Amino acid sequence: MTLVVELFLEFALLSFVAFGGATALLPEMHRVVVDNHHWLDDTTFTHLYAIAQAAPGPNVLVVTLIGWEIAGLLGALAATLAMCLPMSVLIYLLIDRWESFAGRRWQKAISLGVAPLAVGLVFSGATLIAQAAGFGPAAWGLVAVSVAVNLRTKLHPLWLIGAGALIGLLGWV
Amino acid sequence: MVKVYRRTPSRLSSGWKIESEIGRETALTAAVTESQSRPDLRALFLGFSAVGLSGFGGVLPFARRMLVEQKAWMTAEEFNAQLGLCQFLPGPNVINLAVVVGKRYQGVAGAIVAPLGLLAGPFAIVLLLAMLYDRYGSLPLAQSMLRGIAAVGCGLLFAMAWRMGMALKDKPVFLPFTALTAAAIAGLRWPMPAVMIAGLLLAGGVAYWKLGRR
Repeated sequence: MTLVVELFLEFALLSFVAFGGATALLPEMHRVVVDNHHWLDDTTFTHLYAIAQAAPGPNVLVVTLIGWEIAGLLGALAATLAMCLPMSVLIYLLIDRWESFAGRRWQKAISLGVAPLAVGLVFSGATLIAQAAGFGPAAWGLVAVSVAVNLRTKLHPLWLIGAGALIGLLGWV
Repeated sequence: MVKVYRRTPSRLSSGWKIESEIGRETALTAAVTESQSRPDLRALFLGFSAVGLSGFGGVLPFARRMLVEQKAWMTAEEFNAQLGLCQFLPGPNVINLAVVVGKRYQGVAGAIVAPLGLLAGPFAIVLLLAMLYDRYGSLPLAQSMLRGIAAVGCGLLFAMAWRMGMALKDKPVFLPFTALTAAAIAGLRWPMPAVMIAGLLLAGGVAYWKLGRR
C-alpha cells in the first residue's frame, strides 16, 4: 500500500511539469521509476513504451502500464489518476477565467516560453528510449527510416508500428 | 420545464437519432437540439470513448474531428481557444480538453464523465496487453517484436520533436532553449521540475521582454 501511495505522489508531482503531455515526461518518469526507485529496469521501461505505442488511446496511458508493472491494478489506477487528476481539477477551476486573461502579455510570454522547452523534452524522450533500449546500428537505421517516412509521407503511424513489429519478429534489429 | 434529450449514435446513418424523454416532440425538438447541440452525460461518455479508442499515438486530431466536425458541440474557434488553455497548462492535453467540454455541457458530472469515457476503453485494452506482456513478455520473439516497435516509436518521437521545433516562432531566439533543455534532461539527467522552472523563467522572461519591445 505504501508503494501505491508513493507511486501516486511521485506521478502527481510529475503531472505539474508535464508541459507537452505525457510524452514529454518520459525522461523524468524514467529517472524516477528506473534510476531513483529501481521499480523497473531499462528493458521493461522500453517495452512498456512500445506497448503503449501499439495500443489505441491518449499517450498518457504509458503511465497506466508503468503503474501496473510496479503495483498491479491499484498501481495502474493510482498512476493514471495521479497524472490526470491535479490538472483536471485546476483546469475545471480556471477555464472560466481563461477568457479574461486572453491576450495578456505574461500569458503570451509563458506560452511562447514553454514551447521550446516542450520540444527539448520530447527530443530527450526519444534519446532516452534509444539509450534505455541500447539500440544497435540496425535499430538506429529503423529509427531513421521511421523519422523520414513520418515526416515525408502521410502514412498512418500504425503502419510504421506494424512494420516495426514485423522487422523485430524477423530478428533484424 | 427542464428538457432532457437523449442522443444516441445511429449505426445506419451518419446523423443522430434523437429521443425526447418527455413526450415525443421529435420533429420540433430535433431542430432545437441540432442548433444548440447540447450533449447529455451519455453522449459525452460515448463521444469521448470513440475518440479515445480511435487514436493511435495521440488522439487530439480525433477529438477535434468529433467535437467540431461530427457532433458540432463546438465551433473551430471555440476549439482553438479552449485548447489554448489545455496546452498552456501541463498535463495530458486531451484529458484537460475533455474536462473543459464536459464542464461546459454538464457541469461537474460532465467534467468527470467525459475524461472517464476517454480513458476507460484504452485503459482496459492497455491492461489486457500488460497481462499478455507479463505472461509472454520474456519470450525471445516477444522481446524482439517489442524492440522493433520501440525503434519505430523512438523514430516517431524524433519526428514529433522535429515538427514541434519547426512550428516554433522566432527560432533563432527560442531554439537555444530547446537545446539547453535537451542537454539538461537527456545529457546531464537533471530533475525535470527544476529544469522546467528555470527554463520557464529564462525563456518566458526573454519572451516577455521581446513582447514588450514590439
